[in-house]
Amino acid sequence: MTVQQSDLKLDGNAIGGLLREIFTMEMTAAIGTCAHCGTLHAVGEVEVYMNAPGVVVRCPSCGEVQMKVVRGHGKYWLDLSGVRCLEFSAG
Amino acid sequence: MGFISRGFRGKRRDTASSSRLPPGQYVVTDYPVLSAGPTPRIPLSEWTFVLEGEIDQPKKWTWEEFRKLPTEQVTKDIHCVTKWSKFDTVWTGVSIDTILDGVETAAEYTVQFSYGGYTTNLIPHLYFWKSAKWIRGIRLVNEDQPGFWEVNGYNNYGDPWREQRYWGD
Ligand SMILES: [Zn+2]
Repeated sequence: MTVQQSDLKLDGNAIGGLLREIFTMEMTAAIGTCAHCGTLHAVGEVEVYMNAPGVVVRCPSCGEVQMKVVRGHGKYWLDLSGVRCLEFSAG
Repeated sequence: MGFISRGFRGKRRDTASSSRLPPGQYVVTDYPVLSAGPTPRIPLSEWTFVLEGEIDQPKKWTWEEFRKLPTEQVTKDIHCVTKWSKFDTVWTGVSIDTILDGVETAAEYTVQFSYGGYTTNLIPHLYFWKSAKWIRGIRLVNEDQPGFWEVNGYNNYGDPWREQRYWGD
């Protein structure tokens, strides 16, 4: 069995639709501060793993988990503990 | 709940009256690969497996030591919480009975932890996320500690036969 890492890792645009459902606005241009290393990245630049029980978002600088999103039974469970601050335009 | 359940020889469910497929699951013949992060690259010279926590003398094996432990082969059906099930998967490994052999502990729970940072509580007969892919140790603990997915919506126990996928199931 051969699995290419690149097959599993996507960029932040892959969760544009999911974050639009949650925040009801376009979020890929939002800027997140990594709670682990302090680096700032646009949401569109993060590393995304979707072949998992939920969506896992990792920092492109330090690789630590920034966000986890689980969806089921008409609910979301959103863990943003790896994002110290999320900056985005109002409206 | 995550009581230590020794071994993978749990109650079998292949009686004529009960289907082999838990509720809400479908059967796959390929092997879906799930991953919450990059594959850790651990040189075998640095690989270790540890048993720690509520134990007087923590135990640690290098790769060479670990490979000298007795192994056994088991054939099990696996059930992923993302709804696929795969029958008759074959695994070779070291039994948890061997890891815990001679260990005195009052701990009733465990945390599995992995290269790559993944954690979960134990293990057999439950949805497959309870099986850490790159496990590097087991911590014996007095209180149950939810892991990577259990803190974020996924069921703390995760019995596929009771369809315990999410919190509240
Ligand atoms: Zn970071």
